[in-house]
This record gives sequence, structure tokens and C-alpha cells, in this order.
Amino acid sequence: MDAFKNWVARSGMGSILILALLIMVVFPLTMDIFRLNLVGKYLTYAFVAVGLVMLWGYGGILSLGQGVFFGLGGYMMAMFLKLEASDPEATKIQSTPGIPDFMDWNQLTELPIWWQPFHSFSFTVLAVVAVPMILAFIVSFAMFKRRVGGVYFAIITQAVALILTVLIIGQQGYTGGVNGITDLKTLMGWDIRDDSSKYVLYFVNAGLLIGVILLCRWIQMSKLGTLLLAMRDKEDRVRFSGYDVSMFKVFAFVLAAGISAIGGAMFTLQVGFMSPSFVGIVPSIEMVIFAAVGGRMSLVGAVYGALLVNFGKTYFSESAPDLWLFLMAALFIGVVLAFPNGLAGLYESHVKPWLSRRKSSPPAPSMEAPASSAHTPKTAPESSLPKGVQGQSA
Amino acid sequence: MADKKDTIPATLTDEQRRKVLLGMAAAPALMVPGVSFGNAQFPTAKVNTTKLAVTDTEVIVGQLHSATGTMAISETGSIQAEQLAIDQINAMGGILGRKIKVIKEDGASDWPTFAEKSKKLLVNDRVACVFGCWTSASRKAVLPVFEKENGLLYYPTFYEGLEQSKNVIYTGQEATQQIIWGLDWAAKEKSAKTYFLVGSDYIWPRTSMKIARKHIETVGKLGKVVGEEYYPLGHTNFNSLINKIKVAKPDVIFVTVVGGSNVAFYKQLKAAGITGAKQFLLTLSVTEDEMLGVGGENFAGFYSSMKYFQTLDNPNNKAFVEAFKKAYGPKSVIGDVTQAGYLGPWLWKAAVEKAGSFDVDKVVAASPGIELKTAPEGYVKVHENHHLWSKARIAQGQPDGTFKVVAESADLIEPNPFPKGYQ
Repeated sequence: MDAFKNWVARSGMGSILILALLIMVVFPLTMDIFRLNLVGKYLTYAFVAVGLVMLWGYGGILSLGQGVFFGLGGYMMAMFLKLEASDPEATKIQSTPGIPDFMDWNQLTELPIWWQPFHSFSFTVLAVVAVPMILAFIVSFAMFKRRVGGVYFAIITQAVALILTVLIIGQQGYTGGVNGITDLKTLMGWDIRDDSSKYVLYFVNAGLLIGVILLCRWIQMSKLGTLLLAMRDKEDRVRFSGYDVSMFKVFAFVLAAGISAIGGAMFTLQVGFMSPSFVGIVPSIEMVIFAAVGGRMSLVGAVYGALLVNFGKTYFSESAPDLWLFLMAALFIGVVLAFPNGLAGLYESHVKPWLSRRKSSPPAPSMEAPASSAHTPKTAPESSLPKGVQGQSA
Repeated sequence: MADKKDTIPATLTDEQRRKVLLGMAAAPALMVPGVSFGNAQFPTAKVNTTKLAVTDTEVIVGQLHSATGTMAISETGSIQAEQLAIDQINAMGGILGRKIKVIKEDGASDWPTFAEKSKKLLVNDRVACVFGCWTSASRKAVLPVFEKENGLLYYPTFYEGLEQSKNVIYTGQEATQQIIWGLDWAAKEKSAKTYFLVGSDYIWPRTSMKIARKHIETVGKLGKVVGEEYYPLGHTNFNSLINKIKVAKPDVIFVTVVGGSNVAFYKQLKAAGITGAKQFLLTLSVTEDEMLGVGGENFAGFYSSMKYFQTLDNPNNKAFVEAFKKAYGPKSVIGDVTQAGYLGPWLWKAAVEKAGSFDVDKVVAASPGIELKTAPEGYVKVHENHHLWSKARIAQGQPDGTFKVVAESADLIEPNPFPKGYQ
């Protein structure tokens, strides 16, 4: 029993469980479908933030181009849905029926060959994860093998984001341009715009997110996670110990890319369209902010960060349409100034000591704080925090 | 937020109110200010069978534009014009005895945000209709939401056509209304034979230029296209284009460059000696709003094709310009889209009163055939395809930044969002 308790505490399972409870039970019970659908959208950004915890928090590699992978995943899902929405019957008003409407506007008369495979759902699902990972592999392999790192790598990821945005906007006949791919209706005949399908998609999304967090947690607790941390702190020592540092970095980058892409695909399914405004530099930096607000060492913290920032965005822009950008800026600056380690850091520095002071009273299981050592990653279990997050939505 | 808007007193002086009322005499004037007998005549249960946000005393509508971000500068005019129209309608007693209350949302120049906010307005707030959107991208983003939730959108911008939705009333021109008459005029007036097409690279310029090329080369047989160039949004270096123009020596430069690029484009043309005195240039994308940035001295002598200019000489427009400047300051300018935005609330009012109901289906069914004799642009009428019959006008830019209207189509031009022969 003690062993189990220790494991729960060491692995941070308690905090993951509380997060799962929050997004799988509390949110669906307390929110109407409109708000829940919004939360679903925020949770797709959380995928990117979780990926960044692995990449930036653990690997020490800052990428300012995660929007590329989010966007690629989203675009590929959108391509599949768009082809399904563009059957000859629905598009008979066009000069070439049966192709997506934006192709018709741009005088394309047949479906480009690289769109063809996206008629198949299984191919699409595979491509959603595989294509961004392959791209990430190529970019990171080329960079890390040459020992390009730090700021230079961040700049290169920004360049990739810029290139992809320009490409998507410029090739509007093939990609929908600035408008993006819109008017998506069904997934294999199943109407994704219904309230009931929104519930289903929300739970699939939440389930995938928890799955991804568990996977990342498992990696963190394995030898690989320890190596990543070691590499982040003293790269040369790891190299001299005989490890191929660049390949570990490539691994972290490819992992983060794959996770972001899943988020992108779920975004398209829940929101019903995809546009280049998720691919560029600004959204990529925003995604880094989610991780920073949540705490870049904490997987669950990243999710709370994404939720808090986006709740703030929605709430401020609804209640103060003229001022909301300033309020958002105040939130960012406030969080970074007051809690440099994000919300998770706030827990570590304030809530945890307070809890241990109260230890004389019977503690809840998840409050069994681990004796933190340099190698034990810190996670942010539940606290007053989720309530604060919820409060934002009211 | 929304309450604030509601408590803003009608910003009309008595004199203006009289003018508005006089102007509105032609419209079905059911209401007398301050008297709410309409509620007995139009009980809420009858005028609202679809659970919209309509009570005995007020009706809630949404306004969804970009108040922040890159599009804010363009959309502000529409926000102001729609608010002005709503204030004027409220000053006249509202619609079916109910005051209009506005919930304002910010699309933040971000298309997904537009989609999110439109869903919020329709699902959460149950607004009776929405005035909003500006770019095609934002309209494309909200369109599925409006169709799914059966909302009603009044969309003010001139745009590329190729769209017609039950749930949208398009108060701006679709592409053919702006292009064909203007090109014919240029061909006749200036005996133009060669045309050089320049645009920003997105759907509206691309589609417009496709229609222009078809008209020049096949349908209208005006002459020949000697160049067609596109530049990314925000592009500011037009030197290579200017060289190409100098080589091609076209009779007409036909332009659909948008936004900030306009400023660089006209400044560089002038610097290269291509001015209104020597070169005929016709654009679809410079209104009074863009003129503020471009500067009259850079655009002087060039021509713009629109349906509305601030200098239009008619009583409706005089009253409108006066009211607008009263509300938003003497320096404010009114462009084509701003005027189209102003039409939205009035068209909706007329349709609701004709239908005797706020229900979207009934308002939509009542919309075709709605006339507005008080429109600042003159007279408009809603077509079965949800676009407006309206006139086309050409105006020449003046050094002081105003437009001088030089030509006007004799008849209203029929909207034709899916033009045969131009695809």
C-alpha cells in the first residue's frame, strides 16, 4: 500500500487524475454545450502546450514554430472533411462540380494529385500524425546534427512558420488561401455540427489529451526523461558520456510535433474550419505563452495555462470588447512577473508549503508531496487553481 | 457592456430627428416616438416564436466587427454607421414598438474568433440578427454557423460574389456590379484598348480580375489585357510593377490593391511619374477611408468605381453625412462600405415590419423586394438573391482627398453573384 502511495505521489498521478476529473466530469456537468465546445477548443491548444513542456521544459529547446505542426494536423483533417463536403451534388453550382469550392474560384478544374489520398480516412489519420513528425524530423535532424541550438534554432522554427504561412496564403487555389478551408460538415456521414456530436468530440479530445499526458509522464519517468533533463542542464557532459545528444533532441522535437498535430486535427473537428492564422508566428508564440503561464515543467500546468489564457481571452473580449487586448497583456505580464515559474511554480512555492504546515490535519491523497530532488519533475496537482480557472468562465 | 450602449442617449438633435423622420416618411412608418401601442398590436408571443432575445420592450441584435487588429481601421466606419442607424431607429420608437439593444463583439481581425463570437451571439444571446463581418475570410468563417443556427447576417462589404445564402443579406456590391459598368465606361470615355490588371493576392482581387479579364477579352470585347500581377497582402515595394507598366504602356491600369499596400502603391506611382494627369487608372478598392492613408495628392486624377461617395449630391446623403459627422466628429469620413453598413439596420427594420415578426425565416421571406428610398446612395432594393439592386458610380480623386463623381449608371444594376459567362 505504501509502495503504491509512493508511486502515485512520485508519478504525479494524483494531479493527472484531478485534471481528468475536471475536464471529463466537472466541465461537462457544469457547462452548456456552447461553453463546453469552447473548452474543447482550448484543450486542443493544450496539446501544443504539453508538447512544449516536453520540448522546452525538459529538452531545453525553445521552438517558436509549433503552430506549423498544429496547422499541418488541422489542415490535413480539414482536407479530408472538405473533400467529403464537396460531393458533386452539393457543388453542382460550380463550373467544375465535385472539387472544393475555393479550387473552383481559383480556376482549378481538377483535384490536385496530392489531395487525392485524403479521400481515405485511415490515410488522413495516419498523415495527421506522420507528416508533421516527418517534417519535424527533417528540420531538427538538419539543425541538431550541425549543433544549431538555442536562439538560432528558435529563429529557424519561426522561419519555418513564416514559410508555411506564405505558402498557404500564396497557393490559394490549393489551400484556400487567407480564408482557409471552411464549411466542413460531416465526418464519414456523421454531422460534426450537432450538439450530440460536439459532446462526443469533446470527450474524444479530452481522452486523447489525458492519454498524451500519460505518455509524456511515462517518458519523463523513464531513463529517457532523465537524459533529456541532463542534456538540458549540461549538454556537453551528456555528450562526453557517450550519448548522441542530437538524436535525443530530434526525438523531443518530433514528439512535440506529433502531439501538436493531434491537437490541430481535433481543433478542425470541433471548430469546423482551419485557417492560416494558426500556422504563423503569432499563434506559435501564443502557444509558448500557454506553456509559460502554466509552468513549463508541468504537464498538467500546461493544460491549466492554456485554459486560463483562453478563458481570459474569451471573457475579457466579451465583457470589454474595446479594452480586452490590454487586459490580456496585463494578465501575461502579471503572471510572468509574479510567478516566473508559472501556475505550477505558484503551487510549488506557495500552496505546497501551506499544505505541509497544515499536515497535522488529515491530508488528501494527492497532497502527499514527493520529496523533490533535482531529478524529480514537479507537477502541479489540484489546488485552489482549477476553481480559479472555472471562475474565469462565469 | 451592452447596457452601456443602451443608455447612450439618441445622439440626434431635434432638427436632425425631424430630418430623419422626414426622410423616413416614405418607409412604412408604423411607430410614433415614445408610444408603445405596437406591443398590443404585436405581442411578443406572436412576433417571436423561435425564442429570440425579444421582450415586450426591446429586441437584442449583435454587432460583430473587428474593433482590434489590422482590420479595425477599415471596420470602424461600419461599426459607427450601424450604431448610428440603430440610434436613429430607436429615436423613432424602435421596431414593432421595441427598442434595439446591441451586443457588441470583437472579431479581433481573426477569422476563428469571428466564428466563436458568432456562435456566442446566436446560441447564447439568441440575437434577432447580426450586423457584421468585413473581409470575405471572416464571412466564410461565420457562414456555416449562421446556416446551422439559422441566424441572420447583414454583411456590408463589396465582395467577390460566388455566394448566396439564405441567412445573409449582402448590402454591398458583388463583383459584377462594381466592375462591368466601370470597365464599359472606361472603354467608351477613354477609348481604352489595353488594360493592365493589378491586385492583392487573395480571393476578392483574383475573382474580380477573372471577371474583368473575361469582360475585357470575351464578353464585352473591349480590348486586350496586357498584364496581370498580384502581390501579397501588405506588400509595399512596387518598383518592378512600375517598370512593367512603363513597358506595357496600358490605356487603363485596373487596380484591386487593398489595405496598407495602397499607400505605398500610389506614392510610388507618383514618384515614378505615373500620375492622374498622364495615366488613366481605375480602382475598385479606394474609398474615402483608404484616401485618408493614401493622401489626396497621390491619388489626384485617378478614378474609383463604387456605389457610394461621400460627396453624392442628394438630400438623403446630406442628412446622413450631417448626422454622421455630428455623431463622430467633423473630421470623420464616410466610405462605400460605411454607407452599406448604415443600410443594414434600416433594411432589417423594413423587413421585420413587413413580416410583422422577428423570426428569421419570416424576415428572410419578407426581404426580397424591400425598398429603401431613404438610402444615402439613393434608392436600393433587395433582390431575390439577397443582394441589392444599386447604381454604379465613378468618381475622380481630388488633391484635397475628396471624390468628384463624374459618372453614374442610368439604371440600377442587377446583382448577379454567379455571373454566367464569367466563370
